[in-house]
Amino acid sequence: MTAKINIKNVNLFYTQFQALKKVNLDIEKNEITAFIGPSGCGKSTLLKSLNRMNDLIEGCRIEGEILLDGQNIYGKIDVNALRKRVGMVFQKPNPFPMSIYENVAYGPKTHGIRSKVKLDEIVETSLKNAAIWDELKDRLKKNALSLSGGQQQRLCVARALAVEPEVLLMDEPTSALDPISTAKIEDLVLELKKKYTIVIVTHNMQQATRISDKTAFFLLGEMIEFNETETLFSIPKDKRTEDYITGRFG
Amino acid sequence: MTLKMYLKYPFSLFLRTVVVLATAVTCFTLLFLIGYILIKGIPYLSLDLFSWTYNSENVSFMPSIVNTIIMVIGALLISVPFGIFSAIYLVEYAKRGNKMVGVIRITAETLAGIPSIVYGLFGMLFFVTTLKMGYSLLAGIFTVAIMILPLMMRTTEEALKSVPDIFREGSFGLGAGKLRTVFRIVLPTAIPGILAGIILSIGRIVGETAALIYTAGTVAELPKNLLSSGRTLSVHMYALSKEGLHTDQAYATAVMLLGIVLLINMLSTMMAKKIEKKS
Repeated sequence: MTAKINIKNVNLFYTQFQALKKVNLDIEKNEITAFIGPSGCGKSTLLKSLNRMNDLIEGCRIEGEILLDGQNIYGKIDVNALRKRVGMVFQKPNPFPMSIYENVAYGPKTHGIRSKVKLDEIVETSLKNAAIWDELKDRLKKNALSLSGGQQQRLCVARALAVEPEVLLMDEPTSALDPISTAKIEDLVLELKKKYTIVIVTHNMQQATRISDKTAFFLLGEMIEFNETETLFSIPKDKRTEDYITGRFG
Repeated sequence: MTLKMYLKYPFSLFLRTVVVLATAVTCFTLLFLIGYILIKGIPYLSLDLFSWTYNSENVSFMPSIVNTIIMVIGALLISVPFGIFSAIYLVEYAKRGNKMVGVIRITAETLAGIPSIVYGLFGMLFFVTTLKMGYSLLAGIFTVAIMILPLMMRTTEEALKSVPDIFREGSFGLGAGKLRTVFRIVLPTAIPGILAGIILSIGRIVGETAALIYTAGTVAELPKNLLSSGRTLSVHMYALSKEGLHTDQAYATAVMLLGIVLLINMLSTMMAKKIEKKS
């Protein structure tokens, strides 16, 4: 099996500060890869460089290569098309201040789908795939901001799925949610892995063990260790990984 | 705190008294002003004042109301798009630390602080004389449009800045480009703030006299076209009280102005509520 994403010798700088140091990592198709590590270790930064959200930050510079299906995403490519293929769910639920339906339809409309029938169909499948259709089907015209935090986050997942991405990036998607909503999102992620490649950044090590296939541990911009989740948490190779997962710092 | 405690701390008592007094004086002044105008003006709000043609007998303010409406619409048509689009450039497109942005901001702030008579003088020299528009509604519209442009720009800028970045990120994350993000996500979210700017602008246009006397002139009749001279309601009131012959009608005009301002305020609150309910 060839990897979906190859990260090769990536260095990333915010003007002078080096946020990522020589990171090498392969992300496999239809697996859940978790990035863990203390705050400021670069895990979110790496996640955001996978769909070039870092482009929005002034003074951000990247070296090395990130290959998506063998193609360098920092080469000559259409960034908008890249972000269609590599979708993202953010830390804080961020539905747009419009109706639930419009939220989900926004992405497909962006990419040129105009037919009402087609859009209805996409909205329904996306909401079903995000396991929130039954809760929302009777109030699609309601404003998305009237939903609870957990529902908003699942709506954001649905919105990301609506553009039919291949990879789904999730930046601490449950850190702003209560335990019940968190459990729902985790179940959802496990279900989604059948169709999508998922990369999830999490602060919560239990979460990583519950849902991820592989885990990468980051510290001060370096990737310290990358392995099957079970192995990494039971027999870590590096002393620093062991210290972190046993709660000695971070 | 009870009175006993206040006696222990005389300075607190003093502060408390000052606060209460200040509030009372402010409210009283406002109520007195409105009451005074209403009492002086309402008895003279005769049907004559509402006739479509002006003559020295009826001193009708109907033509002035029409002129005011033309002035408001004309000036907004110019300054709202320019104000909004330049604000979009400043907030969404210009790079941070860009020197141009600094210059534009200082210019806008200075322009906002210039007394309106200066705009009037400029309008007279440039639009009326140099561009040969004569005393006309058009010259007035351009002058007032320039006057409210900085206000429009600044309020829109603040409204755009208050749109959380997570909305922008969400849109970019779905593969939407800058243009789509700005016009489909950011701008609609900022509409209540922009609306507030428009309301403020209308208030300034309706209340303007100095900049209009020297540009739109003081003809008190219905305009034939945009190149006719015409006085707005505020100018009408100024003219009436300056001439000293129709002070009572001037008060009646003031009542009308108050009414218009009240109406605009009510309309704007209603609109803001409707938009909020929708979003």
